[in-house]
Amino acid sequence: MVKAKISEIVILGERCKECAICLEFCPRQVLAANDDNKPVVKNIENCSGCRLCEYRCPDLAITVKRKEEATHG
Amino acid sequence: MGLTYRDYLREELFPQMWCAGCSHGISLTAVARAMAALKLDPAETVVVTGIGCWGKADDYFKTHSFHGTHGRALSFATGIKVANPRLKVLVLMGDGDGVTIGGNHFIHTARRNIDVTAVITNNFNYGMTGGQYSSSSPEGTISTTSLYGTAEPGFDICELARAAGATYVARTTPYHVTQMDKLLAEAIQHKGFSVVEIISSCPTFFARYNYKVTAVEMMRLFKERAVDRERYDALTAAEKAGCFLTGRLHREEKEDFHTKYARLQQQAKARAEREVV
Amino acid sequence: MAEFKFLQGNEACVEGAVAAGARFFAGYPITPSSEVAQAASVKLPPLGGYYIQMEDEIASMAAIIGASLSGLKSFTATSGPGFSLMQENLGMAIMGEVPCVIINVSRGGPSTGLATKQAQGDVMQSRWGTHGDHAMIVLTPSSVQECFDQTVRAFNLSEKYRCPVIVLTDKTIGHLRERIEVRGPEEIEVIDRKKPDCAPSQYKSCAPDDDGVAPLPSYGDRHLLRINSSMHGEEGFLNDSPANATALVRRLWDKIEKNVSYIGKIEGYRLEGAETVIIAFGIAARAARRAVTLARAGGIRVGLVKLLTLWPFPYAQIREALDPNCRSLLVAELNMGQLVLEVERLFKDKKILRVNKWSGEDILPGEIMAALKEAGC
Repeated sequence: MVKAKISEIVILGERCKECAICLEFCPRQVLAANDDNKPVVKNIENCSGCRLCEYRCPDLAITVKRKEEATHG
Repeated sequence: MGLTYRDYLREELFPQMWCAGCSHGISLTAVARAMAALKLDPAETVVVTGIGCWGKADDYFKTHSFHGTHGRALSFATGIKVANPRLKVLVLMGDGDGVTIGGNHFIHTARRNIDVTAVITNNFNYGMTGGQYSSSSPEGTISTTSLYGTAEPGFDICELARAAGATYVARTTPYHVTQMDKLLAEAIQHKGFSVVEIISSCPTFFARYNYKVTAVEMMRLFKERAVDRERYDALTAAEKAGCFLTGRLHREEKEDFHTKYARLQQQAKARAEREVV
Repeated sequence: MAEFKFLQGNEACVEGAVAAGARFFAGYPITPSSEVAQAASVKLPPLGGYYIQMEDEIASMAAIIGASLSGLKSFTATSGPGFSLMQENLGMAIMGEVPCVIINVSRGGPSTGLATKQAQGDVMQSRWGTHGDHAMIVLTPSSVQECFDQTVRAFNLSEKYRCPVIVLTDKTIGHLRERIEVRGPEEIEVIDRKKPDCAPSQYKSCAPDDDGVAPLPSYGDRHLLRINSSMHGEEGFLNDSPANATALVRRLWDKIEKNVSYIGKIEGYRLEGAETVIIAFGIAARAARRAVTLARAGGIRVGLVKLLTLWPFPYAQIREALDPNCRSLLVAELNMGQLVLEVERLFKDKKILRVNKWSGEDILPGEIMAALKEAGC
């Protein structure tokens, strides 16, 4: 059975233009800005895998990889 | 396994050419997601663009493409679609391209109900040439050619499309990406002329001149001001003035140009044969 | 199978287009070209083709460009003011390398000018009407038969060189009725565009073969086609580097200008021993031919070079056709002197005479005779 969704967020810093849309509108505050004003993953455990950060990124700099893990018990 | 939305995009050309926070990048990937959702064959898909910031979008698609003169995208698309009705033709235009210099082609394409999809990113100004006002800029717009505000009202693109005969009309924003994906897919599937207006942000010019805000704050404005029909109808007139309608605004089943023309060809052929006999 | 028909020049253009394989016409009515649209609207639908009446000439040019790229041979027709509107997308067809044919039935200008009267005032607009450096193929019929033949040739050249081709006719030829031979596709040479023979993944929309012309698939083929009106590289992506701009504009120019020996066509009449040679095209060439016949009967050594190709200017062919005794050239044209500028530029060793008329009437043989006499011929 599918028990948990685990997300991995890949961010391509060289594509990012620091618009901050992803930081501002993540429903669960998964991302935070680094010293260069680019997003980094802060709270991956909060990520629901909604992909809004990926879809709202104008620069295709974010990829949310959803893994559905099958576990027993 | 089918294509993902990224398979429709030329990632090797990224970072794309638009300004930081420009919503065109969001619209670009949404169009690609609609292509993937509908499993469009890239070899049977043509992306047609004109001139302007959004007019650069064709470079980023791994489909057939046509990048042509300012405002004429729908006329090129008309020839492309009429000559090969199997094709899915997506016409990407801004407000300057689509309803200002191309306004005449827009209403006539709608009138003919040509089976193509117009994706109009409306950022209320000409971004590429340096932030001048367009025919969709609201009255009083501050721009690089209207520092005192404009003395002319702007078009409501969806109302214009509907009045001219478009058979599918929708409006969305880059904040509402899930809705955008859904409406784009619906529009592309629709048989007849479909229009999706994407209320867009130009952080470099329109947003800065008129709201003195950033790309993020423009997104917040979209979130707050975009309302669906049900909510819109419940608003007072004063409240309505600060909002705009989003969602599917119009859909009707009506024979498209090609269906009618194919019948005309049959009749013409029968008549020509009779006259020879 | 060939049949003889009594047709108007404008109708003959459509017969020629259909024989060459055209199946798409987009246009906007304008005098004196409207019969082309009318005939296309009757002829094309029974053949499975399309006639679409656009909102203006800008859109008409755009629609034929689009349709051509979807694989249908396409054409439009217009006159003066409409031709001016077409210049924008004529440039598009040059830059995007799109085969298509424009029938321009010229009338008096400038502006709406003489809507129903005669002129050959588009010699330069047909050559340089759209902006930027470019080459242009312009063919000129002087009879109803030539309206048919030259339209066929226009399609063939446009397919061969991936470019727009203009058939420059005029009000008188367009409305003239003559008996002509309408040949079927099996009786004429029909050239179709070169399709790519490489694997789809290897194909580049704007990478030329040795002849300077890139193969052209259609939208819907597996070879992805990228057409771009802006300066672009071999794959069709925007490329505004100085080196690329220099090379692309040069290639678009050379693929036509270096093939003048094939594209250029003239017809000589009584050039033997001719000391004066009239250069003319279209209806003016017919008046000139009559003038030559009359002049020769009176012992005047005059000949005629009729231009079937106006642009690229068939200089070498004309030079070769002239008798060693030729000392002067007389350019007869229905304008204030446009073609004569090119003749003056290229034939500095000849005395250049001119007959011009821009009243809306045709040149008469007697007027050419008078000019010859005045010049002491």
